[in-house]
Amino acid sequence: MDLILFYIAAAVAIASTVMVVTRLNATHALIYLIVSLLAVAVVFFVLGAPFAAALEIVVYAGAIMVLFLFVAMMLQVGEAVVPRERVWLRPGTWAGPSLLAFVLFAEVVFILAHGQRPSSGAGVGPVPVGIALFGRYLLAVELAAILLLAALVGAYHLGRSYRIPESSRK
Amino acid sequence: MNAIVIPIEHVLLLAAVLFSLGLFGVLARRNALFMLMSLEIMMNSVALAFIAGGARWGVADGQVMFLLILTLAASEVAVGLGLLLQLARRFGDIDIDAASDLHG
Repeated sequence: MDLILFYIAAAVAIASTVMVVTRLNATHALIYLIVSLLAVAVVFFVLGAPFAAALEIVVYAGAIMVLFLFVAMMLQVGEAVVPRERVWLRPGTWAGPSLLAFVLFAEVVFILAHGQRPSSGAGVGPVPVGIALFGRYLLAVELAAILLLAALVGAYHLGRSYRIPESSRK
Repeated sequence: MNAIVIPIEHVLLLAAVLFSLGLFGVLARRNALFMLMSLEIMMNSVALAFIAGGARWGVADGQVMFLLILTLAASEVAVGLGLLLQLARRFGDIDIDAASDLHG
């Protein structure tokens, strides 16, 4: 049972990832990338890691992809809007991601209707993860905090808008 | 209490395929946004391998490493997209070959 769910999710992940690296339009690629991350989240769930699956959706498919989308939209500001919107409403642009997402949705419905979490006995829940994270791996958590702070400062510095000649003249 | 019946080899194979696709994206695409997306795919596949290992041995370390990879990916995306905006601002293009001044 888990095996079939795993193979379907793996097929969806590979198919959507192939679509990501072959798309010409960045926004279409991002939509496929979100589907790919959702498929990997299903794989995590089937492997008995529900906490990691939730984080995959919340952080990867939620936060990081929204960041990507913001930048993709920012870089296309000057474009003519009306023909682009018309293209986006054609079925060819959204049928592929919708189909793949529907497969994943069918899997979730199947799991919920079946009334059991796959691999519930052998899985690793959030509690041992939290104990390990703030026990043995406390130093790694501190290092991750420093990394995030450095990334925040770096992103703020790089994201500033200043004129290059003025900054070098100063 | 059903045991995990998914063979770890298949999960590692999936991770390897996803990693190869990401590597192909980094090598073949010259659009910086696509290169960052491919990097995300590669990191995600590594995280999948960690989760598979943790599930195989029934320990929490795999998910701890997943969390650390998540942190690394978030930091990398923040700095990478900042660099991308600078690239677009200075060269008017996010083609990575526009920034080849150090080529010599």
